[in-house]
Amino acid sequence: MKRMKFKPKSKVHEFLGEKLIAINAFAALIAIVLIFAFIFKEAIPILTDPEIQQEASIDKMTFKQEFYEGRDPKWSWQPNSEVPKYSVLPLVIGTLKAALVAMLFAIPLGVGAAIFSAEFASRRWREIIKPAIEMLAGIPSVVLGFFALIVLATIMQDMFGFLFRLNAVTAGIALGLAVIPIVFTIAEDAMTSVPISLRDAGLALGANQWQVSLTVVLPAALPGIAAGVVLGFGRAIGETMIVLMASGNAAIVSASLTDSMRTISASIAAELAEVVFGSAHYNVLFFLGTLLFIFTFLTNLGGELAVTKLKRRLQGRLS
Amino acid sequence: MKKILICGLLLISAVGLVMAGTTITIKGSDTLVRLGQRWSEEYMKHNPDIVIQISGGGSGTGIAALLNGTTDICEASRDMKEKEYKLAEQKGIIPYRVSVALDGIAVFLHNSNPVTNLTLAQLKGIYTGAITNWNEVGGPDARIILYGRENNSGTYAFFKKQVLNKEDYSDYTQTLPGTAAVVNAVSKDKNGIGYGGLAWATGVKFAEVKTNDTAMAVLPNVETVSNGSYPISRELYWFFNGKPTGELKKLVNWALSEEGQKIAEEIDYVPLLKKDAVANIVE
Repeated sequence: MKRMKFKPKSKVHEFLGEKLIAINAFAALIAIVLIFAFIFKEAIPILTDPEIQQEASIDKMTFKQEFYEGRDPKWSWQPNSEVPKYSVLPLVIGTLKAALVAMLFAIPLGVGAAIFSAEFASRRWREIIKPAIEMLAGIPSVVLGFFALIVLATIMQDMFGFLFRLNAVTAGIALGLAVIPIVFTIAEDAMTSVPISLRDAGLALGANQWQVSLTVVLPAALPGIAAGVVLGFGRAIGETMIVLMASGNAAIVSASLTDSMRTISASIAAELAEVVFGSAHYNVLFFLGTLLFIFTFLTNLGGELAVTKLKRRLQGRLS
Repeated sequence: MKKILICGLLLISAVGLVMAGTTITIKGSDTLVRLGQRWSEEYMKHNPDIVIQISGGGSGTGIAALLNGTTDICEASRDMKEKEYKLAEQKGIIPYRVSVALDGIAVFLHNSNPVTNLTLAQLKGIYTGAITNWNEVGGPDARIILYGRENNSGTYAFFKKQVLNKEDYSDYTQTLPGTAAVVNAVSKDKNGIGYGGLAWATGVKFAEVKTNDTAMAVLPNVETVSNGSYPISRELYWFFNGKPTGELKKLVNWALSEEGQKIAEEIDYVPLLKKDAVANIVE
């Protein structure tokens, strides 16, 4: 056998190459930091500028306000009013409602499909199912939104007799369609990458396929599945086009899933194009952006931490 | 090599073509975008060296583009707000307004709805949330489902000013992107009510509108809007930066000509009364 000889071209080349790659890696990080800094900067006047605070202070955005004498105080999002009202509560509730329905819809379907595809499907079926579900992720969200607006809303209303045609359930299910591929792909990958030795050990001990899948593979893949769920949740909170089209966009404080709702992301999308630069409304929209950023950041961070913890615990038990 | 050469030549000639003609950009109101499109198509047919690029996005979007200098003509279904005039002054832009057509805001009802007419006061009550059941306005016992436009739309602002006397829309108003979406939603919701330009409505019926209880109920159409008897109507504008000259002036005067106004009527906009159209022509 010929001996391979590794000859570094020069120290300078190596140095440059390494730095170049490092720059690439940091570029993404810097981009995120800069984006956050910019969004946050535009939201700051809410905390500092007394003129802006007269219209929109943190107080006014979170607590019930009495806007007109003699009328009940309420939470209201009416930015283009004679008396602008910027309560974020209806939007936060709307966002969470839609995300909740989406997750309730997407987790069983996504994880179920992943279990079937990874554990029970024949190779031929798997080769059909996997790309088919992953193709869902390739559907532009505007198409999903349009489908929900025109087709799904009518079907749902006919089936369940909803008072409001566009509501949190309909929007949530459409959102779920966008979340399923994320949950599925990550969960499926996690399950197929469980070491074969674990399965063999289970089978050797006399467990059948079902027992091995549910009591050995599923727990071992749990961190991966949890990661999929958390990423899916992040997507559900940030997704814009689907909710903009299918939720009715009525900013209501209500716990009912059959009422219309308005999300943070849809409000930003619908209003930012019109807003007067530097006005209170403008700053509030950036504040909403900051809120959304923090929301998703915290979910992702929380998910990441939970996954690491789970992983460690499982490895401790399984190895 | 040959391929590259050919591609390069094509590119150069394409650029040349565009450069040879004048490019006019039009941006703004979603209500006006259809009319703007028909006008530009027709105008470009007569004037092949002119390229007109047209896009919607809402009156607010168009006005912002005019103030930023990114459009030649801004289409708007409302006048500019005081804030916007002030901002224009700061940026050294002198808005020049020409009304190019009229539009009536129709109130849409589901085809099966037995209610045929509403007074302005009832409409206000319905949209502010004071009236929530159809039986309060002579209909069946059912919740009124409100549909409206997003708050960046000129139609939203106009309806709010004209019908709601600037009061807030009910929180339960479902806001949809575009009049087409509102019409679609009402056509599928038997308890729905919506509003929007006359030009869009298919699959829904128009409510007759009365200024008060004793007045005559008026159905919106070309005639009642142009003679002013339909109470919810408005002018549609083109804004320029300064008095238009050259190609822009030719274009707007053509739109105001008999030919231009006829095209507007063909696609269900309301043409200006002839004397108004003549009065609006840019010297």
